[in-house]
Amino acid sequence: MTTPTPTETTPVIPLPLTTARIITAAGAALTILSTFLAWTWTTAFPGNLTVTGYPGGLQILTLIGGILTLAFTLSAWRTPGLTWLTPTGGNNATAYLAAGTLATTWYTLIAIADQLGGLANLEPGGYIAAATTLTALLGALAHPIDRRTAASLPQHGRLHTGALGKALHGIYRTVRPGRTPRPLRPARPLPAWAEILIIAAAFGIALYTVTYGIDTEYGELFTGFLILVSFAAAALFKAGLIARLATLTNKHRNISIAAAFAAAAAFPFTQSTDQYTLIAVNILIFATVALGLNVVVGLAGLLDLGYVAFLGVGAYTAALVSGSTASTLDVHFPFWAAALTGAAASLVFGVIIGAPTLRLRGDYLAIVTLGFGEIFRITVENLDGNSGPSVTNGPNGIPNIPDLVLFGYSFGTPHDVAGTTLTPFANYYLLMLLITILVVLVFSRAGNSRIGRAWIAIREDETAATASGINSFRLKLLAFALGATLAGLAGTVQAHVTSTAVPEQYVFAGPVPPNSAFLLAAVILGGMGTISGPLLGAALLYLIPAKLQFLQDYQLLAFGLALILLMRLRPEGIIPNRRQQLEYHDTGQLDVPDRDLPPGTVGVTKAGA
Amino acid sequence: MTTTTTTETPVLTATGVTMRFGGLTAVRAVDLSVHPHEIVGLIGPNGAGKTTFFNCLTGLYVPTSGKVAYKNTTLPPKPHLVAKAGIARTFQNIRLFANMTVLENVLVGHHTRTKEGLFAALLRGPAFHRAEKASTQRAQELLEFTGLTPKADHLARNLPYGEQRKLEIARALAGDPGLLLLDEPTAGMNPQETRATQQLVFAIRDQGTAVLVIEHDMRFIFNLCDRVAVLVQGEKLTEGTTDAVQADERVIAAYLGTPFEGAPGADEIAEVEAAEAAETAGAAENAETATPPDTVARPEDNQ
Ligand SMILES: Nc1ncnc2c1ncn2[C@@H]1O[C@H](COP(=O)(O)OP(=O)(O)OP(=O)(O)O)[C@@H](O)[C@H]1O
Ligand SMILES: [Mg+2]
Repeated sequence: MTTPTPTETTPVIPLPLTTARIITAAGAALTILSTFLAWTWTTAFPGNLTVTGYPGGLQILTLIGGILTLAFTLSAWRTPGLTWLTPTGGNNATAYLAAGTLATTWYTLIAIADQLGGLANLEPGGYIAAATTLTALLGALAHPIDRRTAASLPQHGRLHTGALGKALHGIYRTVRPGRTPRPLRPARPLPAWAEILIIAAAFGIALYTVTYGIDTEYGELFTGFLILVSFAAAALFKAGLIARLATLTNKHRNISIAAAFAAAAAFPFTQSTDQYTLIAVNILIFATVALGLNVVVGLAGLLDLGYVAFLGVGAYTAALVSGSTASTLDVHFPFWAAALTGAAASLVFGVIIGAPTLRLRGDYLAIVTLGFGEIFRITVENLDGNSGPSVTNGPNGIPNIPDLVLFGYSFGTPHDVAGTTLTPFANYYLLMLLITILVVLVFSRAGNSRIGRAWIAIREDETAATASGINSFRLKLLAFALGATLAGLAGTVQAHVTSTAVPEQYVFAGPVPPNSAFLLAAVILGGMGTISGPLLGAALLYLIPAKLQFLQDYQLLAFGLALILLMRLRPEGIIPNRRQQLEYHDTGQLDVPDRDLPPGTVGVTKAGA
Repeated sequence: MTTTTTTETPVLTATGVTMRFGGLTAVRAVDLSVHPHEIVGLIGPNGAGKTTFFNCLTGLYVPTSGKVAYKNTTLPPKPHLVAKAGIARTFQNIRLFANMTVLENVLVGHHTRTKEGLFAALLRGPAFHRAEKASTQRAQELLEFTGLTPKADHLARNLPYGEQRKLEIARALAGDPGLLLLDEPTAGMNPQETRATQQLVFAIRDQGTAVLVIEHDMRFIFNLCDRVAVLVQGEKLTEGTTDAVQADERVIAAYLGTPFEGAPGADEIAEVEAAEAAETAGAAENAETATPPDTVARPEDNQ
């Protein structure tokens, strides 16, 4: 059934292997040195790249790229002490790193020239960096790398002939290399404590990387960061290091999960101001809601386009019972009660909306949920005492939601903990992290059970699922209600973080996440049906628009292009579900038979659906 | 082979099942009953309404009229309630959960026989673990029974065709049914696989599950079944032992273009005979006469 793409392992540029290795290593080493030179003469470009003697700003990214390229070249060269870097033994990782370093560096140089008005603004150090990164990449391409065979590509008539056509084809089969099966070299047996130390180190590096991304002070640095990280991630994957790490984390599952959350909990302790903690807490809210949506979309396969309404129900409920002066209810619930009320209100709304709509299949459900999402917002806008009963203050929303106080711990004031100051948003970040952990737990436990299997069965083939004894309506309603409850819970925290609840926060699509469209994008982009996928997808979808503000009018265009590129390259999402991985890649064609009943003819009543 | 004992409560009693699609009556007033320990065949030319009849039995279609009972209890036309009552089925055009593993597919089949709900899954008490373990064990037994154990962790979509059909049977059996409905279980199989399927069906019957099977392969049907019912143009033409059905001239006229022994040279004789029989019976009511019984090409698969 599966026909893997035929691949070969050949150099793109024919050179003797040793020559290629020397060129790459030299190029990478010189790249490292070039970052110690001045690239431009004025500090007008952010990050101060004018100093000779030590690297600054974007140069640091080039430096890291250069170091990694050098390390992986030497690893593939079997340098003692470095071979562990490439368990697969291939050269593709080197090529990815060299390409990533080149892209980051050239992006920096182009950005300097563009902002300061011309190439004249580059100092010789900049030209040297451009040349050395190019050298390293050319050297890397002279290594034998795994790529598609020329014969495996469809012949495109005219396009295939001529020098340009040939070159394009050569690039295409290198950029989309297919999949060369490369078994990992057997791992050296390590004592358990060493393995745990490796896991801790890996999560430490991950925390550092994410923190670096959130803390980037200007858009250019974030763009450079994103380029380098994307290429480096691809390189680590090709090198087999990700697979190695996955083996370790599977072996020490609980420790790994604890390490992941410890790393996440450590974030606010690395921050002294609220500026980036606010971003982090927003990412966490967005990610948690995306994970809740993943129950509905990823597990049960129900396309819900109005999911953000449940976040709104939770937030509005919490706002109403928060004791805010603007609230129409004169009550002040403690947080645990407010959280339960918010979740319960969302649950009720979920059932009310789900009960009539979940009898529909496919596209109809999407349209109806889209409508209900908008109805929520419009209703909230109208419950202002003029057009309807006075509940929500209409478009003005409910401002002045007071800060939380839990067990005498006030979230609104800074606290000194372990030598660092926890700012108000840091407090909320930690609270939200607890809720994220709860949602992760719910997702993994529900997903990995009789109920979760029934959800996936419904997603795969509803008719076969019902014929196997699954009450599909009840289970879909359960997924819908569970998703709504989780979103409502997150909403109760969100109301306190933003300290206001206004209708515009809960729309289908808008420039600021979370909204229904962004939530769905986070799930699909990150990887449907996985846990880390939506978390990562949400982080990216929040950071990219937030950090690309320097592009001004082109911000959304660039964002759209980034999304298209990503979905083109990884249709199964960044973190593939093991099922979809097989579905999109190894198979030549999707040979799924049509799974729908024939269109209902007159007189047919479809039962049970 | 067990002979039918009418004293036993039938696992299936269909009375007057009729299914109309607009102007087309796909199934017309069909009565059929299946007793425990019985293998009953359902044959008929393409488009006779066999699959539609199955869909009516399992609640995927709500019959226009008629009623279906399992052990004398009338079944509501809801597929999950039918499955829960004890009628499991396979589909003519294989409907597996393609992106689930083989083991998971069978576990889903066991859904009705377990009760653990969402809260049990979230709290993960000892009862939950026990139930999961029992389900997994049952599923593994069924994989062993159908010979799929080595493939337990493969995705269903990656199985070869014959094994996909076996997996459908394993999934259906996981619901501990009293009656198993098989819709063309050997379609697309080679002779060895067909023989293996035959053994499997006998083994299922011996375990106490009655079987109602649709098949175009006459050799398979007449080797396997205690009783055969013939459906032609939505109506039950006749029903009886394999010998009686094979001898029935109306059946030959309506359906058996060639004798199932398929001896060399017998084809032509059979064709002439069939044509004569059709004339004498005055029942040349459809063009199906010329349709060889073994063809698998069907214009449309509806389930
Ligand atoms: N959902 C439907 N809507 C309209 N017509 C239908 C529907 N399902 C089946 N039919 C029609 O009912 C008739 C009986 O079809 P059915 O699939 O039951 O035949 P069958 O005996 O299973 O044939 P085969 O041996 O080819 O599987 C056909 O004419 C078919 O087109
Ligand atoms: Mg059929």
